[in-house]
Amino acid sequence: MSATDSSLSRPKLLGRTTVNVVVAVSVLYTLLPVLWLVLAAAKNRDALFGSDLLSLSDFSFVQNLEDLFAMDGGLYGRWYLNSLLYAVLGAAVGALLSVACGYAFDKYRFRHKEKLFGLVLAAVMVPQTVLALPLYLMASEAGLVNTFWAVFVPVLFNPFGVYLGRIFSRGYVPDEVLEAARVDGAGELTTYARVALRMLGPGLITVFLFQLTAIWNNFFLPMVMLSDQDLYPVSLGLYQWNSSASVSPEYYPVVIMGSLLAVLPLILAFVLLQRFWRSGLTAGAVK
Amino acid sequence: MTATTQQRVPAGTARAAAPSPSTAGLRARRAARRRQLTACGVLMTPFFALLVTVFLIPVGTAVYLSFYSDDQPGLGFGPERTVFVGLRSYAAVLTDPTFLGGLGTVALYCLIYIPLMVAGALALALLLDSGVVRLRAFAQLGLFLPHAVPGIIAALIWLYLYTPGISPVIDLFARADITIDFLGVHTVIPSIVNIALWSNLGYNMVVFYAALQAVPREVIEASVVDGAGPVRTALQVKTPLVRASIVMVAIFTLIWALQLFTEPMLLSQSSPMINSRFSPSMYIYDAAFTRNNYGLAAAASVVLLVCTIALSYGVTRFTSRADVAEEAR
Repeated sequence: MSATDSSLSRPKLLGRTTVNVVVAVSVLYTLLPVLWLVLAAAKNRDALFGSDLLSLSDFSFVQNLEDLFAMDGGLYGRWYLNSLLYAVLGAAVGALLSVACGYAFDKYRFRHKEKLFGLVLAAVMVPQTVLALPLYLMASEAGLVNTFWAVFVPVLFNPFGVYLGRIFSRGYVPDEVLEAARVDGAGELTTYARVALRMLGPGLITVFLFQLTAIWNNFFLPMVMLSDQDLYPVSLGLYQWNSSASVSPEYYPVVIMGSLLAVLPLILAFVLLQRFWRSGLTAGAVK
Repeated sequence: MTATTQQRVPAGTARAAAPSPSTAGLRARRAARRRQLTACGVLMTPFFALLVTVFLIPVGTAVYLSFYSDDQPGLGFGPERTVFVGLRSYAAVLTDPTFLGGLGTVALYCLIYIPLMVAGALALALLLDSGVVRLRAFAQLGLFLPHAVPGIIAALIWLYLYTPGISPVIDLFARADITIDFLGVHTVIPSIVNIALWSNLGYNMVVFYAALQAVPREVIEASVVDGAGPVRTALQVKTPLVRASIVMVAIFTLIWALQLFTEPMLLSQSSPMINSRFSPSMYIYDAAFTRNNYGLAAAASVVLLVCTIALSYGVTRFTSRADVAEEAR
């Protein structure tokens, strides 16, 4: 596609070079900090403060890795598993609920539908910090503060997922398919589970991935809800270790190594599911 | 939950009034309609149950709390009771210089961050879409990578890159005899803007790029035939065609920017320039969980909420008016 338009316009060599330089500089801007993280994770504490970043003489990647999992009685491994549980399970359940709701918004007619949808869209706008105090008070009334559920339940709520679900449903599930299933005498929910959900697969994965990112990044809610370190997700744990680092610098290398490991699952998810989320972005953007 | 079950009633009656050959057919159609509504309810109920418990009730609670306060009569020896205080908490928030300072900080942050983000992401998307970039897939992946880095870790990485002694950036400047303090009075907001920009630039670039890919090629070819150069095509043909995405990115960026919390919270561990009420969200956190003043925190939350809604609405209105003006031309 783009080959044709470049041959049509034939920008001058100078313009071409400028464009490539601008893009290359931008890519360096986004990549170098990550590269720094990788290099710094391989340094021991003394090398971190001072020596040349690129020298391999103070290579202690494995040592740092061992330290990370040994620090404070192996808390990091615990946090990592917590994050995985909150994020993978939360995103899976949340995506299923949102997409089911978005599908219903698309395929069924009922009174005040658009008003109700407006409410869903309004929920996208509301800042998390506004909800945090009331949620905390509700959780404390229900005796759920400082439990798994206090973090897990609120993150299931994903109104943007409903919006995407509606768009995907309109794009991927033709109404004729539902009519055909009805003529065959299939139940509505059976049709959804057996036919529509399969067609919605890519959309479901997109919503899942967005929500996975959001939950993995979540920091404010766990900070408000949790005081037991054993329940922390990685984000909150690293925050706490970093605050200790100014007093006891032995935390610096483990915070850096811990950050590096915490980046991996999302990169992995994005690379593996690339095919799906790209189409999801288009659907969300072009509306 | 209740909301959905109430709303879902007839709507089918209108269709049932359409020509119907027999009462049996009518009855069958009504039964089908009922089955559909039941299915619709089953599919929607779990989400709306969540909406009510983690959204509607909390928002209602925040508004309620902002009008009440826990007063302890008799010098704090009497039993605690909740009393209606009207707008007292709002008055307290809106006259509190630390809260107003936080609003000012976020306003400045938004003014720097949002234009840079939208223009930067759009420019990169247009460049990638122009077809002259080498290794385009690699460039896109590289630009997108920071999106996979959690916000708190992005803040950590940059905090280290801002810290003298650890940072290779500061070393580099030092070699050129430039001393730079990234966390000083005038640099702390730009430093936070940089973190947010780094994290989200690539993501928004991909959104714009996806929208640009959907622009019909004939439109672009027509503009080229009309003699428009690549820059003109990009700015005057492609950009207006992806306006919907630009608005969407601007609104989402705005909503996130107004919640500014994670980055300053982390940087405050190392910078005396950031106090515990640096941004409205930090003010709310401080009021609720450090000072335990729920009325004050709730009032500040409602103010933040109103600002968010008003600004998002303003952006939508502004752009839709621009749309109308565009069409009238």
